[in-house]
Amino acid sequence: MTATTIYTARKIITMNPNQPVVTHVAVREGRILGAGSLAELESWGDYELDTRFADKVLMPGMIEGHAHTMEGTLWRNVYVGWFDRMDPDGKTWSGAKSIDAVIERLSSAEAALSDPDEPISGWSLDPIYMDNKRVTRQDLDRVSSTRPVGVLHASGHILNANSKALEMAGLLKPGVNHPGIPLGADGLPTGELYGPDAMTPVAGFVGYDRAMTDCDERGLLDYAKLCVRAGVTTSTDLAARLTDESVSMMLDVTSRGRFPLRVVPLRVFFGMTPEECVAYVLELKEKSTDLLRLGRIKAVADGSIQGFSARMRWPGYHNGAPNGLWYTPPEQMSELYNLALAAGVQVHTHTNGDQATQMALDVFEPAIRANPSPDHRFTIQHCQLADAAQFAKMGKLGMCVNLFANHHFYWGDEHYRLTVGPERAMRMNATRTALASNVPLAIHSDAPVTPLGPLFTAWAAVNRITASGRTQGEGEKISVDQALYAITMGAAYTLHLDGELGSIEVGKRADFAVLEDDPTAVDAMAVKDIPVWGTVQGGRIFPASEL
Amino acid sequence: MLNHADTTSAASASAQAPEKPGKASLPVTVIGGYLGAGKTTLVNHLLRQANGRRLAILVNEFGSIAIDEDLIEAEEDGLISIAGGCICCSFGNDLIGAIEDLRSVEPAPDHIVVETSGVALPGSVVASLSLIEGIRPDGIVVLVDAETVVKQARDDYIGDTITRQLSDAEIVVINKRDLISDSAAQSLALTLSDLAPNAAQIEAAFGTVFLDAVLGAVAQPSSGGTDSGGHSDRLFDSIAFTPQRRFNAPALAEQLATGALGVVRAKGHVAGDDGAIWLLQTVGRRWQAEPVDHQPHPQLVCIGPKGQLRTSDIEVLVQAD
Repeated sequence: MTATTIYTARKIITMNPNQPVVTHVAVREGRILGAGSLAELESWGDYELDTRFADKVLMPGMIEGHAHTMEGTLWRNVYVGWFDRMDPDGKTWSGAKSIDAVIERLSSAEAALSDPDEPISGWSLDPIYMDNKRVTRQDLDRVSSTRPVGVLHASGHILNANSKALEMAGLLKPGVNHPGIPLGADGLPTGELYGPDAMTPVAGFVGYDRAMTDCDERGLLDYAKLCVRAGVTTSTDLAARLTDESVSMMLDVTSRGRFPLRVVPLRVFFGMTPEECVAYVLELKEKSTDLLRLGRIKAVADGSIQGFSARMRWPGYHNGAPNGLWYTPPEQMSELYNLALAAGVQVHTHTNGDQATQMALDVFEPAIRANPSPDHRFTIQHCQLADAAQFAKMGKLGMCVNLFANHHFYWGDEHYRLTVGPERAMRMNATRTALASNVPLAIHSDAPVTPLGPLFTAWAAVNRITASGRTQGEGEKISVDQALYAITMGAAYTLHLDGELGSIEVGKRADFAVLEDDPTAVDAMAVKDIPVWGTVQGGRIFPASEL
Repeated sequence: MLNHADTTSAASASAQAPEKPGKASLPVTVIGGYLGAGKTTLVNHLLRQANGRRLAILVNEFGSIAIDEDLIEAEEDGLISIAGGCICCSFGNDLIGAIEDLRSVEPAPDHIVVETSGVALPGSVVASLSLIEGIRPDGIVVLVDAETVVKQARDDYIGDTITRQLSDAEIVVINKRDLISDSAAQSLALTLSDLAPNAAQIEAAFGTVFLDAVLGAVAQPSSGGTDSGGHSDRLFDSIAFTPQRRFNAPALAEQLATGALGVVRAKGHVAGDDGAIWLLQTVGRRWQAEPVDHQPHPQLVCIGPKGQLRTSDIEVLVQAD
């Protein structure tokens, strides 16, 4: 007889509408044997009663439906963001609130290095919050004039370099003529590099090389620690290249006994024909294990709103910037959708601008007519500017959405003022309209773009507060219950994992987030502040304090 | 160095990175155009005509590199070796890295050809290339499908991509010309003059274009002679001179690039008013003139479509005292 453990908790939020709240959950073989009262669960036979969670609140392990495991690798660099942020070891780095504070933090990292040639790499700089004060190479020269220094912005679209790094890249010379490389009064680059084209020549010298977006072994281990601290038991890795090497690494790491995370990497549609890509993920799917779920595709339709590379419908950008860029043109997207639907492969599509969303819908509709596939669950990711008609269409087409709720908080003021203007900023990430249109809803952090933390993401969707404290889009707020559903069952549904994950219910994986307080009882403004004790993943217990 | 481009595109205007006069640099020609315009066919055609020139072709279209199989000699580590010393590889999203990698290839290529993705803006690609030491942007060629380009330019989704590509162009190759009538071709030429104001236009069928028109002349035809280039297709003329007199070199380059003389590309050395030897280069409506350190013999080669290249007018311009 296999051992059964029954956990008692202060409260167990199940996400099962038949019994939304229970007091006990029984676990056997890493799965949920049952949820209910102790009396109900005792009928399964011998058990051990575990009371360690008696004063905790359990909810289903949270599912991050759109993040990148590279957040784990970035933490080896120097965090210089505006907001407080916790690293994989649980240390909270306070926000750097001035250029001087950024320089100071980089300098102390510099002082700790022994190799004189080693670069200093900072990340998550956001001068938007510092009155948009420009950071220059002279600022970073204060950190070091002899070793290369580079600082990546929070958006990922701008890199600041010091003089040494520019010199190594051959750019510290007069006459550089590139729209992404501003020049100072001295005719030399200021050290700000806008966009991938301008960043690439320097990036390799400051620790951001070509393969930056591919997570390595240590990065994946560190990412999993962040997940435990955030109550996450399953996370996507939403734009992986999934080379043979990285798949082997992920299979190895996730099979280690104490690895606390289920990883769902999606193969990014790039550098392959649609036909090759579909065949490739079908092959990968065969390698799936419980903790590594392969076989899905991520397509990217356009760029980002704050990078002005998202594709917008009329009237375009609020500041008059020209329309963004197609990353995947309509013809290729259509071919991909048709082939994937025919093969039963799921595609998640990144769209930021409303024209990109419209394009995805326009090519999806004929594709689904040609390849009837009633349970496709094709998901639009970000989908930030979709309007009601687009959500209505998605609902009718059976599509899911994963909205970028954190964006309101981090860049909502910028969108209001600069990128899309007040009206569209208020409807951004329209969670309420999505639900009203019967579109299955998840919400996400896009870590490392914003910090991993589904409770924060839920808070953002519930309150729609911007960094300056304004409420943006009162009409698109959702309830705490709806938001908690979105970070559990909602995300599971977008991955076809709702039968295994997302609720505390007989037969499902024993994946729990262990909280110090009850998100459904605290003030809605306090949801983000609830401490996470750790997780239970497949019945294995991971206290954050012991990582 | 003097250079000039009548351009509405900031990215395009930035294409000429300053370089030391006379410095040896590797020319890079960028071939753009929307999906289906015939870029890959053109690339294959260029490889067939390479005739001793070592071309390095970098492609960024989705999927396998579509080089005609009979051209391929070997394939290893994503690098395809092609008969006649040419090579081809895919650069994914790292063009600069791929060009850096080419530096270790022996023997070094004579000319790099970048085939962009169907949605790339070739002017932006050239702006990035201009950041690389030892690289000289040498022409933006944009292909269009004669049958569909006007409709594409009006499309809600891709219209601005098409028009932005064309506004960057220095040479527009009107491909699939055989599929439209003469009157449609005339009207298309006018439309393209508006959309691609800096470009010389070349008509083509099946991507067959005279190599030197696309990549610039390296041949050294005998002085004063004309050569009906393009071999089997005979669609292009080239004319070569050994100019004896001195010129206002920038003014000469500008005149060759106006379009009135039917010149698609011109390249060569002439003696300037100042006694220095100047390097002249034109691609479409863009021209460039710079004095050089060394003292090559004056020689000038002009290339243009057969029947449009005004050889006698050019001769008068170049030879008259």
